[in-house]
Amino acid sequence: MNGFDFDTIVRTAPYLFKVGLVFTLKLTFLSTVGAIVLGTLLAMMRLSSSRLLSGVAGTYVNLMRALPLILIIFWFYFLVPYIVGWVTQAGRPIAVGGFTSALITFVLFEAAYFCEIMRAGIQSIPSGQAGAGYALGLNYWQVMGKIVLPQAFRNMTPLLLTQMIVVFQDTSLVYVLSLTDFLGAANNVAQRDGRLVEMFVFVAVVYFIISYTASRLVKVVEQRMAIAR
Amino acid sequence: MNYNWNWMVFWDPSPDGTGTYLYTLIRGVYWTLGASAAAWIIALAFGVVVGVLRTSGIGWLQRVCAGYVELFRNVPLLVQIFLWYFVMPEVVPESLGNAIKSADPTWSTFWTAVIALGLFTSARIAEQIRAGIESLPRGQGMAATALGLTRPQAYRYVLLPITARIIMPPLASEALNLIKNSSVAFTIGLLELTGAARAMQEFTFQIFESFAAATVLYLIINILVVAGMRYIERRLQVPGYLGAAR
Repeated sequence: MNGFDFDTIVRTAPYLFKVGLVFTLKLTFLSTVGAIVLGTLLAMMRLSSSRLLSGVAGTYVNLMRALPLILIIFWFYFLVPYIVGWVTQAGRPIAVGGFTSALITFVLFEAAYFCEIMRAGIQSIPSGQAGAGYALGLNYWQVMGKIVLPQAFRNMTPLLLTQMIVVFQDTSLVYVLSLTDFLGAANNVAQRDGRLVEMFVFVAVVYFIISYTASRLVKVVEQRMAIAR
Repeated sequence: MNYNWNWMVFWDPSPDGTGTYLYTLIRGVYWTLGASAAAWIIALAFGVVVGVLRTSGIGWLQRVCAGYVELFRNVPLLVQIFLWYFVMPEVVPESLGNAIKSADPTWSTFWTAVIALGLFTSARIAEQIRAGIESLPRGQGMAATALGLTRPQAYRYVLLPITARIIMPPLASEALNLIKNSSVAFTIGLLELTGAARAMQEFTFQIFESFAAATVLYLIINILVVAGMRYIERRLQVPGYLGAAR
């Protein structure tokens, strides 16, 4: 190894950030939003009095949590075209883009983890509040939407944000699909220019700075919310 | 939809000539379990030391250990594995680097994965040890000191034995996480369970059979580990403490 070549990093930084990091952040935000929505629905199912609904949601969540993300990525990468083909009645598998496939995978996978957070959040609200809502004549969706969920989201905000940082780090695994996320972009340069040391060290530093800063911010949010109560 | 199901594919001979595809998957299980077990030993050893030092009350040591935890927690595991695999041999002294590069590739990927997984997991275990020790009543440590125990003795005979029992459930889920995380080692070429399933899928084009088999094997491993950890937890229970009387 002949010296750490900063020039490679400077030269390729626009590509790494504009293509790679944008992909990573887009995937992180969209998957988190989708996974929170789906996860909340799953949590409501798990807590419902219907044996069938809670059984289905529980099985789904436990299955997702028992399997490695890479295996799930492969599953959906091959399964999604078949599902799309089946839904659209095309009679054959429909190719979907790498980003779409990754997004669907992450929403479905991370929803299991967000479900567990939201379940704890819903259970943290005293059941008397829901009872009071029903006594006022609200229906299930009104009780959930106007009383329980707003408080549950508020209580769970730090955990939801922490899980979002986990999603951010997990998205690096789309590398196995050869997508151009931040790590994938750096890997492209590393292979092309033979600058593996520089590229991977740089990627590690950037991931560290973003994750560390974000987790500090979550701590600040947590403290702010603790005072406000 | 015309997907050709062929569940008999597991009995077809694999192209590496060592046996059937089923055997490829079983060998994947061995690699998964082997890497996870070896990494678990590293993770426990480093995790306990770092976790204990974070409660030691020695300022600079606590900061160093906090830095250790932050370092391993804030970089994705995949990036860490790449650092150990691609970068480490380049930055160590040249003779050592060359020795690593000329080693048997199967074992060098295995040990790279073990080190990466072990240190990554150790940071998470350190946090659990620290939280466990901090959750103990302060009187425990004081009582140990009052009995004339030195600080290492207080940790060895009083604080850590209780902490170990408190953190058994989170430790169990960390063990499961480790087994799942070991699949990341497939990116550097270790043919553990996910890698074996992927290889089988590429050779046979029986996508769903391959991944279904890996899924079932992961679930079996999960169930066995959970049962094993429950057994250890029960054996370690101190009667009359921590809900033992069940």
